Amino acid sequence: MVDPQHLQHVESDRSNESLFNIAKQARTLIIDMVWSAKSGHPGGSLSIIDVLTYLYFNELHVDPSDPENPSRDRFVMSKGHASPALYSILSLRGFFPQELLKDFRKINSKLEGHVHRGVPGIETSTGSLGQGIGIAVGMALTAKLDKKDYRVFVVIGDGEIEEGSVWESFMAASKYALDNLTIILDLNKIQLDGFTKDVMPLPDIESRVRSFGLNVRKFNGHNFDEIRNAIEFAKHEKGKPTLLIADTVKGKGVSYMENNPKYHGSPPASQEEYDLAIKEIGASKYEN
Amino acid sequence: MRIESPRESYGKKLAELGESHKDIVVLDADLSSSTKTQVFGKKFPERFFNMGISEQSMVATAAGMALSGKKAFVSTFAVFLMRTYEQIRQSVCYNNIDVKFVVTHAGITVGEDGATHQIVEDVGIMSGLPNMKVIVPSDSIETESVIQYLVEKTKTPYYVRLSREKFPVLNDDDYQFREGQNVVMKDGTDLTIFCNGAMVDFSLKAAEKLKELAIDTAVVNVSSIKPIDRKGIIDYARKTGHIVTAEEHSIYNGLGSRVAEVTAEEYPVIMQRVGMRDSFGKSGKGWELFDYFHMGVSDIVDAGLKVFREEKKYESIS
Repeated sequence: MVDPQHLQHVESDRSNESLFNIAKQARTLIIDMVWSAKSGHPGGSLSIIDVLTYLYFNELHVDPSDPENPSRDRFVMSKGHASPALYSILSLRGFFPQELLKDFRKINSKLEGHVHRGVPGIETSTGSLGQGIGIAVGMALTAKLDKKDYRVFVVIGDGEIEEGSVWESFMAASKYALDNLTIILDLNKIQLDGFTKDVMPLPDIESRVRSFGLNVRKFNGHNFDEIRNAIEFAKHEKGKPTLLIADTVKGKGVSYMENNPKYHGSPPASQEEYDLAIKEIGASKYEN
Repeated sequence: MRIESPRESYGKKLAELGESHKDIVVLDADLSSSTKTQVFGKKFPERFFNMGISEQSMVATAAGMALSGKKAFVSTFAVFLMRTYEQIRQSVCYNNIDVKFVVTHAGITVGEDGATHQIVEDVGIMSGLPNMKVIVPSDSIETESVIQYLVEKTKTPYYVRLSREKFPVLNDDDYQFREGQNVVMKDGTDLTIFCNGAMVDFSLKAAEKLKELAIDTAVVNVSSIKPIDRKGIIDYARKTGHIVTAEEHSIYNGLGSRVAEVTAEEYPVIMQRVGMRDSFGKSGKGWELFDYFHMGVSDIVDAGLKVFREEKKYESIS
């Protein structure tokens, strides 16, 4: 077993530009995966990929050569349809060869359509919404019980919080004062059938969640300075779990996918669309 | 005959095993005084988690704890666990992790609380899940042995179905549960009653009455519904040629269905099923309801006689 000391912030001083370039590679991989599979969920993968990039390249104590080290930080992708985001970032981080991404959603591949635990670096299978957050609560509770200092991060979707089980988990996280748990809400404002405000309006999420006893902070989910500040805020809060609301754009980085419910669960519709997505991502440049 | 409560045996055994097995954690949903997990909770408060009336969160949290190396026991009333079918399916069974569901107040022995609390579909629901194993103990001794087995020998999902009522103690004190193996409670040559849970005692009584009618009846306890003892069922199908099943559960998707599947595939034998027939339960005293729903001792006897009558009918046709 690798000494827990080795699970340090491997690249904790990565520049924003460096993070941007990793996210750019991940975006390309996401498009390639859903294009090759001719199915999958690009919209919610592109909205959360900047946060994932920050977590895996600047924050999480994880070791690709020892993915089950007991001292590792835990990450749970509760919105399991964003599997292209998690699979791509794990491969970039070295958990498995990028080669495997080509077989996403195909028979004989471990890269199941929704997040699958058989893949190195993945803590739990997810796909049915409203469950991963409860699993994360169990992990954080176990860390407290065992007096371990690893942290648990979980990403939930803004459509996902329509599940009552999410609010049950808020109650439990609050009751057990899980300050080692950081819940990140990907507020991309779109779910499968359309805009969340139309499908099931949930205005003023911040005060609602705060009333459940959580710390709440909103930030721009595509700005690395804001992501860094938000994560640091959550880590330093004591006695309460934290919900970080990542204000994001669904489909971020591909013009025709941005804010378009169609691309919640559809790949590029044509070779032209695929080429355009790759071109736009490739041409994007880091701006201060 | 000694009468004991299987759920009390569960609570006691779990608390006893908690001493030597520090990895055990227990979760309940505001019913710990009824499920008896409070015995563990009082002894090991730091490892007991009352999740409130939030079963979905309870099951997902248990999954997270099992994924972090714990052996999680989850208890509530059987009927309320069913609302978390999908959590059980995806977070526990698909991950194939060490979560044990030990539920109480299953079946019609719940009694006065009535139909809303009397689930008779759960064995079918749970048996359909890949990676899930399903056990229906017949008394307090078998319950304790099952719990010990789960703690000491297993690391995958199990569903153990207990009742509210006290049951007659049928097994010897040194009884040891063996997964996937039937327990022959009484041998016989003419007819076999496959049964489990509360119906084992009823079946033994029915076998005595059938003996008086010159039908030598074997009684076989199928506490391990999944995995099921295929050989044990076929052996008795061959030996006796006539089968009755008796369960405190719907005849659909429970013991009766499983036995019929096994015999239909390997050695078809004429049979009758005793159990709930596509209906909800109702209020009443637990044991009174068995007669009301035609699941009492005399109904098992009638089912046994019917097997032979039906056989004669088939013979006259052929």
